[in-house]
Amino acid sequence: MIQLIAFWLFAVMVIASAAMVIFARNPVHSVMWLILAFFNAAGLMLLAGAEFIAMLLVIVYVGAVAVLFLFVVMMLNIDFAELRAGFVRYLPLGALVAIILAAELVVAVFAWSAGQIDLASRVAPMTADKSNIQQIGELLYTRYIFLFEAAGIILLVAMIGAIVLTHRQRGGVRTQNIAAQVRRRSEEATRLVDPGVGQGVEL
Amino acid sequence: MTDFFISLGMSYEWAWGVATICGILLIALPLMLAVAMIIYADRKIWAAMALRRGPNVVGPFGLLQSFADGLKVFLQETIIPSGANRGLFLIAPIITFTVALLAWAVIPFNSGAVLADINVGLLYILAISSLGVYGVILSGWSSNSKYPFFSALRASAQMISYEVSIGFILIGVVLYAGSFNLNAIIEAQRGHGFGIVNAFGFNLLLFPLAVMFLISALAETARAPFDLTEAESELVAGYQTEYSSMSFALFWLGEYANVLLMCALNAILFWGGWLPPLNIDLIPWFDIPGIVWLFAKIFAFFFIFSWVKATVPRYRYDQLMRLGWKIFLPISLIWIFLISGWLMLTRYS
Repeated sequence: MIQLIAFWLFAVMVIASAAMVIFARNPVHSVMWLILAFFNAAGLMLLAGAEFIAMLLVIVYVGAVAVLFLFVVMMLNIDFAELRAGFVRYLPLGALVAIILAAELVVAVFAWSAGQIDLASRVAPMTADKSNIQQIGELLYTRYIFLFEAAGIILLVAMIGAIVLTHRQRGGVRTQNIAAQVRRRSEEATRLVDPGVGQGVEL
Repeated sequence: MTDFFISLGMSYEWAWGVATICGILLIALPLMLAVAMIIYADRKIWAAMALRRGPNVVGPFGLLQSFADGLKVFLQETIIPSGANRGLFLIAPIITFTVALLAWAVIPFNSGAVLADINVGLLYILAISSLGVYGVILSGWSSNSKYPFFSALRASAQMISYEVSIGFILIGVVLYAGSFNLNAIIEAQRGHGFGIVNAFGFNLLLFPLAVMFLISALAETARAPFDLTEAESELVAGYQTEYSSMSFALFWLGEYANVLLMCALNAILFWGGWLPPLNIDLIPWFDIPGIVWLFAKIFAFFFIFSWVKATVPRYRYDQLMRLGWKIFLPISLIWIFLISGWLMLTRYS
């Protein structure tokens, strides 16, 4: 009963907020609806018993990715008239993408009604006595270790690539060397001089 | 508690619902009271360190000062700037406040005294605290004003940066405890130091993490010396500049609830949570309820927070980023290697 109420709550909220992402006029509002959709999707995953994935979804997507979205969107100065001007031009492409997605959905529904694929239970049978994290960890670090490490290496390459592409050496920047500042003692920083009358001090 | 309501003759669903609501109220209401008193304590400690008296007019020793302030802001008018984005402007403080309360759901007050005893308690706290940044960004953006916007950008960059190092520090603790559940983490600390001391903090491998976590907690809650989001000299009051009345009070309450949460996390992760400090029953340690120990530890950490606020000058923004990315992140990464290596040698070999 409680699960059912929770399921309908999360499911309706996911679909409603996903629709609002598209319908909202203001792009910042769109991002906020997107965040709500992520959040409710995490709720659905909790109901499915995948608490670890749900938490990761919130930490990674809501906590980091969506913040970057919001950052970029907040800085944009969007001209709505210009946006609407492109509507007819992009309509064929948009319609094509929509048709492909709809077709895939239909295929998925038919495939599912034809009979469940017990792929999940064959590769990694869920056992009730172990927690989610342990099960994922045991699979990830044994059977899928190469894929896991490959994913890590790809991310590393992407990160280095992004840094190399965007980093530029700017000349004439005076950076602060904190270690040197802390090392500095009053003996080397100050100098006592006693200049004679009419003589200056050389710095 | 569900069993109690079932014994009153309710069905399981109703009993569960009523028990959960009672649990939420049992945490949220005392928390609000604690926040009011901790604001008073903060001002008193700050005043004492500056050789002032602090609040001393309302009630005995000024104890009711926070309530007077609360009443004052409650009676004020809520002003919404004309260029503000109305909906988001009003939602932002609510998000901040709600998120600050949400994380308390997994904090154990005694053995078994948790609202939600979930497997992924620590991840839940990370997830919820990563939501806190939205209240700040939204308030800054929707105010349609320069200072709040700058403050929001600063705050979000700061919180995301320090969440990274906090995440790595937490992994160190989780490796030692072998669980994400906060109660299991506390139980893992029982007799951790030579069977005598109930704390991870006395472990030489974990002590540096405890120090880094304390500093990161200061940065994560934007307390002094990392309170660049509301640096008065540069940004008036940061993201709260345009807020008044209850919407301002919600920010205020949320901020202090977050500070208390970070103090509680310090106590739970490194200093034994609701366990007494020593595992020896010479004096009747264990007769004192765990909640007293936890509150004492939380207050000790809050005193450190106030102490730092009263004594340390504010960081510059680039120094803050340097500390987070160039010092804490590498050290916490190396520490994960060290800890997992040590555990492989001693525990899992």
